[in-house]
Amino acid sequence: MLSAILAAGIAVGATYALIGITYNLMFSASRVMSFTAGQLGMAGGVLGAIFIGRMGIPVIPGMILALAGCAIIGLVTEFVAVRPVLGALDQHLYVLSTLGLALMIQQFTAIEFSTEPQPFPRLIGIGEGGPFDEKFWLPVVACAAAVGGLEYLYRRTLVGRAFLAIAEDNFAARALGLPERNLRMASYALAGVVGGLAGFASGELLLAFFANGAMLNFLGFVPVALGGLGNNRGALIGGLALGLFQQAANFIVGGVFASVAVFTVFIVVLLVAPQGLFGAAPSRRV
Amino acid sequence: MQRALPFFALFGAALLLPLFSNDYWAVIGARAAVYWVLVGGLNLVVGYGGQLAIGYVALLTLGAYTSSVLVTKFGVDPFVSFGAAGVVGAIAGVIVGLPALRLRTFYFAMTTLGFATIVTQVALAWQSVTGGGIGLAGPELPKPFDTPWGFYLFALALAAFVTWLSSNVAQSRFGRSLVAIRDAEVAAEAVGISKPHLLTTVFLFAGACAGVAGGLFATLQSYITPEAFSFDLSVTFFIAILVGGRGSILGPLIGNVILTLLPEFAAPLVAWSTFLYAALLLAIVLAMPGGIAAMIDFKNRRPLASNRSIVPKPGLISGHGTARGDIVLKNVVLAFGGVRAIDGLDITIRQGEVHGLIGPNGSGKTTTLNVISGYYAPQQGEAFLGSAPLPHGLPRTRAALGIARTFQTPRLIGEASVLDNVMIGATIEGTANFVESVLSLPRHRRDEKHLTAKAMQALSTVGLEALAEVRADRLQHSELRFMEIARALILNPAFILLDEPAAGLSGDEIQRLGELIKAMAKQGIGVLLVEHHADLIFDICDHVTVLNLGKELASGTPADIRAHKEVVSAYLGG
Repeated sequence: MLSAILAAGIAVGATYALIGITYNLMFSASRVMSFTAGQLGMAGGVLGAIFIGRMGIPVIPGMILALAGCAIIGLVTEFVAVRPVLGALDQHLYVLSTLGLALMIQQFTAIEFSTEPQPFPRLIGIGEGGPFDEKFWLPVVACAAAVGGLEYLYRRTLVGRAFLAIAEDNFAARALGLPERNLRMASYALAGVVGGLAGFASGELLLAFFANGAMLNFLGFVPVALGGLGNNRGALIGGLALGLFQQAANFIVGGVFASVAVFTVFIVVLLVAPQGLFGAAPSRRV
Repeated sequence: MQRALPFFALFGAALLLPLFSNDYWAVIGARAAVYWVLVGGLNLVVGYGGQLAIGYVALLTLGAYTSSVLVTKFGVDPFVSFGAAGVVGAIAGVIVGLPALRLRTFYFAMTTLGFATIVTQVALAWQSVTGGGIGLAGPELPKPFDTPWGFYLFALALAAFVTWLSSNVAQSRFGRSLVAIRDAEVAAEAVGISKPHLLTTVFLFAGACAGVAGGLFATLQSYITPEAFSFDLSVTFFIAILVGGRGSILGPLIGNVILTLLPEFAAPLVAWSTFLYAALLLAIVLAMPGGIAAMIDFKNRRPLASNRSIVPKPGLISGHGTARGDIVLKNVVLAFGGVRAIDGLDITIRQGEVHGLIGPNGSGKTTTLNVISGYYAPQQGEAFLGSAPLPHGLPRTRAALGIARTFQTPRLIGEASVLDNVMIGATIEGTANFVESVLSLPRHRRDEKHLTAKAMQALSTVGLEALAEVRADRLQHSELRFMEIARALILNPAFILLDEPAAGLSGDEIQRLGELIKAMAKQGIGVLLVEHHADLIFDICDHVTVLNLGKELASGTPADIRAHKEVVSAYLGG
């Protein structure tokens, strides 16, 4: 039982962490939390099932197509729901605009794809059934690849440093002549890829289901909230901890109470530390 | 009375509905009325308070199950069960709302969404009580409410009642305070509004409405399963308010009716209705943030006179509030990181004196003001009012102590009228409690009369009485500065702290401002004036303190300061 909890816990945890990183990518580029983060995960699974399962495209091109589709959703988010309301960040209109867009994506999928969970194709075919089944380790590999790739991007490349500059101080970065708008769009496209990867890699575990969007939205936000906004390391640790906690609670007390437990922990931690466990308190207000 | 006309027209038309339509429309109409019982309460939370509670379907679910279980399993009277549903809803409303006291916007939206998911899951799993996925029967009402039209009229009556209650709240100090914490939270604190208190009260009210709506919803459905309480429903409630417009009751009411009826007129689109609502939400946010309310607000479309000028009447300033002594800061130190914004400052502000505070940018003027008004807690040193210490870091205690202030950038409540913006200043003088206000009892009406009269007097004092009914965001910058002064004066303060009141004013206006400030001091008010206009300072101050790098550089009468060599070289030039 322990191995089952560990395998499932780390797998879903890695997925939550990836969605958390998706939130962070969008947040650092624009100071906006977007409800489309979870929908990107859902779209990764659904597009994978369509391209590889229904249309029979081979795995690698199918994956590239699915992730490209998610990158486009990311760009659409930036263009439709974020850019128009950036001028009035303090009014928090982005909460409403991204909620509207997220619901549109979700409803469109429900109507045009399916309202029931659909199977996701076997990608490789390793470890039939056991705790080493690919459905458990694929999300972990995807998460490791994403985190490693982002670290490389941020630390070794000029573009990555520009991302960091924008996240650190938007005005100063613009004053230095950084193309803020293009970098923001690149960030959103990248967020689309990472979010799509979360859904694609966990497709065999979570299936292709329109309601996964709302679920991932919440459970992917928990590690971000607990780890502190924009903090990828916090999202990674928080995501894995959440996955393990959730699966353990699932096995021990059952599904519903596991949800209640996750929700309760989330609320209690946030009330005690509204900035998250690794975040910093805001400074002056007046 | 004129404001109530559209409501009478709407509900009057709804009363006529039974005369020329069939039972099917009774059900649709009843649904709109039941939804409004929830939305009418939620409107105070979302539209007025600006709290993004998107998961209110959870409270509807709780109310529906409470009422159904009580009636079908325990044989409770259906009307009593509605009351119980209201109580459960109110309690749950506070629990769902509590995170809003600490968390902001997106976080709060997420927690309400999470709560909604949990409630549905529990309803599904707790089979012994809720019947799980099979569901259970809703309450049945006795005659004459057991027919479709009977129930319709019952729901309509409740909807009208909720409309009345919520508009009473909206037109009370509670409603104004809600808008204030939405649009100008910092200013709300300065006038003594307690956000936790206020929000808890409103969450109770909105939760009770939602719970009762749940009981009615179960009756309307006659059989409930967890599936009936989809998240789409929650979104509909939320969107009805935003489509209707924030800070309005008529707008969301119309929005609610439209959103309930829309699928009936576009049958092929029913499957797409949530998609369309979401698209509508996006369109409203991007294209018309004011919603329906802004569209029908004809009064604020009329252009304002372009050559208006502000002519204050300093003679109208009435006596100051209770004097508790001078404001004294002793050896105050406040550092932000490594920067010592105030570095060991002693200062005394006396009643009946204009005390000028000048110095270069970054010398700690505004920070000093913020320490006195409680926004910052100094790391060292003490602040006193008379002999009593001023509590650090608690801005909302200052209004009751008779300390009022204005801000460097005017903190206006943009979507409220100028009159409301000023009335907010005397919120702590309200005597009616929430229940009295909800029911518009005599004490509430006396409060409103008293506050309106005081606000009009304050507006006349600063010369803005002609603009009382205008939406505040239509005013010019200089008018906003005087509006903030009126908001401070309505409190009859013992002290008034002005943060660069002359910035952006014309020469004439600065001169009138000077007269006004002198009149305040004459009436015994202690004025702390942070300013860059040296002429104004030297013209009206009794005492001037010059700051440099958080320390006192010089202090004395204007004449002393003008003769002070270091001040002249460091700051005044010449």
